[in-house]
Amino acid sequence: MTRNINFVSKFKKANIFSLIIFILSIIFIFFKGLNYGIDFKGGTLIELRTDTSINATVIRDSLKSMNLGDINVKKFGKEGDYLIKVEQKNTNNSNLIPEIKKTLADNLNADVDFRRVENVGPKVSSELLESSIIAISLALAAMLFYIWIRFEWQFSIGSIIALFHDVIITLGIFSVLSLEINLSIIAAVLTIVGYSMNDTVVIYDRIRENLLKYTKISISDISNLSINETLSRTIITSITTLLALISIYILGGEILRGFSFAMILGVIIGTYSSMFVASPILKFFKVSYKTLEKEEEKILP
Amino acid sequence: MLNFSKINIFLIYLILIIISFFSLLNLQTENKTFINKKVNLGLDLQGGSYLLLEINSDPLVKERIQAKVIPIKKFLKENKLDYSNFVVNDKSLIFNIDNPEKFELIFFSKEENLINPYIGQYNSFELDLKNLEKNKLEISFSKYGLLTINNSALKQSIEIVRRRIDDVGTKEPTILQRGEKRILVELPGLKDPERIKNLLGKTAQLNFRLVAQNEEFGVEKLIAENGESLNVSKRVVMSGENLIDAQPSIQNQQNEPTVSFTLDRIGSQKFGRATTDNVGKRLAIVLDGKIISAPNINEPITSGKGVISGSFTFQEATDLALLLRSGALPTPLDVVEERTVGPDLGEDSIKSGITSLIVGFILVIFFMLYKYRLFGLVANIALIANLLMLVGVLTILEATLTLPGIAGIILTVGMAVDANVLIFERIKEELKTEKSIIHAFDSGYSKAKITVLDANITTLIAAIILFAFGSGPVKGFAITLGIGILTTLFTAYFLARHLTSMIILRKKNITLRI
Repeated sequence: MTRNINFVSKFKKANIFSLIIFILSIIFIFFKGLNYGIDFKGGTLIELRTDTSINATVIRDSLKSMNLGDINVKKFGKEGDYLIKVEQKNTNNSNLIPEIKKTLADNLNADVDFRRVENVGPKVSSELLESSIIAISLALAAMLFYIWIRFEWQFSIGSIIALFHDVIITLGIFSVLSLEINLSIIAAVLTIVGYSMNDTVVIYDRIRENLLKYTKISISDISNLSINETLSRTIITSITTLLALISIYILGGEILRGFSFAMILGVIIGTYSSMFVASPILKFFKVSYKTLEKEEEKILP
Repeated sequence: MLNFSKINIFLIYLILIIISFFSLLNLQTENKTFINKKVNLGLDLQGGSYLLLEINSDPLVKERIQAKVIPIKKFLKENKLDYSNFVVNDKSLIFNIDNPEKFELIFFSKEENLINPYIGQYNSFELDLKNLEKNKLEISFSKYGLLTINNSALKQSIEIVRRRIDDVGTKEPTILQRGEKRILVELPGLKDPERIKNLLGKTAQLNFRLVAQNEEFGVEKLIAENGESLNVSKRVVMSGENLIDAQPSIQNQQNEPTVSFTLDRIGSQKFGRATTDNVGKRLAIVLDGKIISAPNINEPITSGKGVISGSFTFQEATDLALLLRSGALPTPLDVVEERTVGPDLGEDSIKSGITSLIVGFILVIFFMLYKYRLFGLVANIALIANLLMLVGVLTILEATLTLPGIAGIILTVGMAVDANVLIFERIKEELKTEKSIIHAFDSGYSKAKITVLDANITTLIAAIILFAFGSGPVKGFAITLGIGILTTLFTAYFLARHLTSMIILRKKNITLRI
């Protein structure tokens, strides 16, 4: 059974809403900034497990004497698990990690198990940031190109605007919540790009098909029809994907939490954007069956 | 779309069974079967250390440019070119010359050019010449000259790093070149990389030099490990290159750990001559510019064997012996990135990864059953086959499974059903207008095909880009995501379609709830 919801009537409100959130996200990203992890900022990260009697303040205090600069200690999952982040200092001290380990082992009256130690130098971190930005840009460009080949340029623009919308708002939410941006978040963002595109393509595919089928109907109505026709698929796929992601978020451990959270956001935003952002843009470009006729051979492969 | 030839069916299930079979190889604890393939666990799952080392070629460039000083001066004299104000910098030589045109002409001659060899491979000279002012020249290494220095240093470093790590005896280390300046080292199972870092952080350039009485020409002040400052001759009696073996040993009288070394023939001769000529003097043993010890030469040592003492602990003596055995690094190595995961965190990660996979899987299975009943079962069979094939392909490729990789598998579970959902939803629509069930299914599959392909290719593009740009764990995610898409397409379009066709063709007259 195909539902018949009037999506088009909500386009305007949705677009204003999207625009506001989008601009707010950009403002946040620019002014509040993103909370880069050591992957992109450089520095040292230590995950340790200790007695439940130790709290973050004790750890922070015991490291104070080392004069390390900005230290961030926070609980990480279970009771007694902590994550320590030390900012990159200019002095290149190759003994930093053993010194920190020793200080902690000496000052905390408890067994300390160092579960994870990471250290990223300033050169590597800036390279990682650079290659991440290149990767995301390249992914966007590749999508733009793919859609341009498979559809028309109007579709291409529409999908890319939807992608920007998804990526920027996801990052904006990360900025608002001060969540850490690390390599796995970049992986999540790229997957969101893929997923959101996937969703958009399904709807666009149907719009293209309907444009040729009903040449008399306006693009608004075609969009509405197409969104309705594909609605149950959109919902079912979002649900199964979210089920998998929520399972990772809750059970997958602390390391995957940020990643799965970004993905959950991305799936929700991506699903919304393929309906409420990507489709209205076709209307804006006055897409009709004539747009498709120009390159007939492209349409039905 | 619902007709399958026998050959087709045979091929579909053959491929399915063969690839799935590989996934089962991971269950065996020992390698009993003839095929020895397994998915490798990434360092984040099995625990271990990842180190990214960078060679610093600056000291080497300085050394090389200094080595050019004497030949160039000689060359200038031979060609009767007057020079003045000869300055040696870290990266260049600057001097004034009367006839720069003539110099330039000989300097860039391609034949038998000993001071500035022509590198045919790069179509460039080793050195560059720059006119700073009138009659003032600057000589430095050309881009390709620097590249040659860098490349040979990197190659040599990789070799030395490999020797040192092999000598420590960690299991299955990976040592690879990364880019032009870096060496990637992966040490599975290593909990504390400090010892290895220490071993790799030393160039271990050893030389024996005589201690001079006072500050004279050709003497430099060096600090000994015990804080004593000695005047040491710059002339090297013998260097670590002549060592063929070094082993930790215990000096009997004081029970003190020492390092015994054995020299090659040339080294023995040099060492014999120097110790014979200088009985009574002190010989400084210098490692990386620091004096380890400076014993008195009591008698000539001609056996080619010697002992280095220096108030070591036994561990230090063992490490020094190892360093000397493996040879000196051409240039210092910096650790620019380091990631170590303890084995218990790795275990926890595997556990939580598997738990979330199972739970996610069950949730999706139940949801699909609830939504599509019989066809939900078809989709679920396809999903299970998909998982088996995904792990099978990973096994065939002997890919590395990381924690994000497991996340990739779970995500595949969630997204894989999409192909079948697209098809089933399409069939539902077709059923509304089409009376014949068979036709509805047939056109449903045909019409959904393009959409399914388009939708999956976009995710595949993202996975490929992620693979190309990602590092370590993220690459693992890209691999599972990418392969997951391929197995999804296979299971949805071949396996699920065949299962569906069997149901439809058998139950022709039954109304189906999809």
